[in-house]
Amino acid sequence: MPEPTVILDAVAIQRALTRIAHEIVERNEVSAEVVLVGIPTGGVPLARRLANILSEIWKQPVAVGTLDVSMHRDDLDQRAAPKIHPTVIPFDVTGKTVVLVDDVLFSGRTIRAAMDALNDFGRPKKIQLAVLVDRGHRELPIKADFVGKNVPTALDEKISLRLAENGEGEVLLERK
Amino acid sequence: MSWHRKHLLDIESLTAEEITIVLDTARAFKAVGKRTIKKVPALRGKTVVNLFVEPSTRTRISFELAEQRLSADIINFSTEASSFKKGETLKDTARNLEALNADFIVIRHSASGAPHFLSRVLGAHVINAGDGAHEHPTQALLDAFTIREKKGKIAGLNVTILGDILYSRVARSDIWALTKLGAKVTLCGPATLVPKTFEQMGCRVTHDVEEAIRDADIINLLRIQHERQRKTMFPSIGEYTQLFGLNKARLAKTRPDALIMHPGPINRGVEIDSEIADCARSVILEQVTNGLAVRMAVLFLLNGGKGPQELA
Repeated sequence: MPEPTVILDAVAIQRALTRIAHEIVERNEVSAEVVLVGIPTGGVPLARRLANILSEIWKQPVAVGTLDVSMHRDDLDQRAAPKIHPTVIPFDVTGKTVVLVDDVLFSGRTIRAAMDALNDFGRPKKIQLAVLVDRGHRELPIKADFVGKNVPTALDEKISLRLAENGEGEVLLERK
Repeated sequence: MSWHRKHLLDIESLTAEEITIVLDTARAFKAVGKRTIKKVPALRGKTVVNLFVEPSTRTRISFELAEQRLSADIINFSTEASSFKKGETLKDTARNLEALNADFIVIRHSASGAPHFLSRVLGAHVINAGDGAHEHPTQALLDAFTIREKKGKIAGLNVTILGDILYSRVARSDIWALTKLGAKVTLCGPATLVPKTFEQMGCRVTHDVEEAIRDADIINLLRIQHERQRKTMFPSIGEYTQLFGLNKARLAKTRPDALIMHPGPINRGVEIDSEIADCARSVILEQVTNGLAVRMAVLFLLNGGKGPQELA
């Protein structure tokens, strides 16, 4: 098996998140309306890190939630039942601009499930999508609003992330 | 590790890891019950048949609500109004239900092994909702869930099951689940209802109630199952209450943090004093709430197909 390639190292991840944060600021004039919702597992630390950067820019705290999407997936009877992670949405999403945060955007099915799952908590004014890596191969008409890095991939390649909230981490591309 | 079973027939054949997967999944479903919108689409398009060939209220209602909260379509089938009265066999009834493309069959039956039998003749997922005096797996799972939630662990805890053990499927499932998870289980009750043979299941048997509950972290009370007893196993209900009922005087000699559990229906004034059933240490109603979450988790896990758990 060939050695995995490092696509993003810790510095590049931080730089990408900083740029995404500034793009979120540029797109959303009313900072008080913006909340971040991370999708487990990879999106959760990313959402927290984005929130930290945003709260420095806006000089006010930015609310962060965690949304497990497994109960809303469309392939539940095709694979072993997924492990369900906690969902914590400590705010009312109604009227808010919810920025969904995930690590890798691939088929788009997770995001569809996430939009469905979010509806159970209220009616957001807008939903936007931020991802660290867009690897292509969409199966649904879904597009990210904020992308850390576009990585053209083959279907048999695998992207893995090692992320920590303290800023450590890297993104690897492996060929199976 | 992920879940790969097609049926939930008993606890005896499950591993500690599998039981833990159910408990972890149930925790997520308990949280769903606290949302404004308590329904998720996980079983959308699936049909569940609740085949209750023996009367049941709380288990049937709990399963029904669990199925509804997972967006399944439901058919209820009970003894009172069914073709069993017309002489149809269990196998034929089940096959007819399967011909309607049922995906899940939840069965309660007075014959031990009825769910196992169905799992061999049908393609649908089979869930045992209580078979004779054999097992009641979802009750044991909700008991384990409640203990773990309240005490933070199960391994090393002293759990005393008090009452009619011989005729109790709850006791058998509880013993399997709790011993697999590392609890020390003590059984207590009249010698006729708690024979020493239960020691083979890895628990302790005693007929001294005060000794049985003294060091218990959990006191799980069971109802006397009059409907399963073919002859009188003890002189009178009054004597049972006097010798084994949980009253204030006995409770005073237990550990102050010992929890009182009961699978219901409770017989106030028989196995438990009315005040104790409603006291702060009683988690009887929380068991009902947790039962719903556990049954949602079981349906959700069984619905999973083959293949890896890893999702792209």
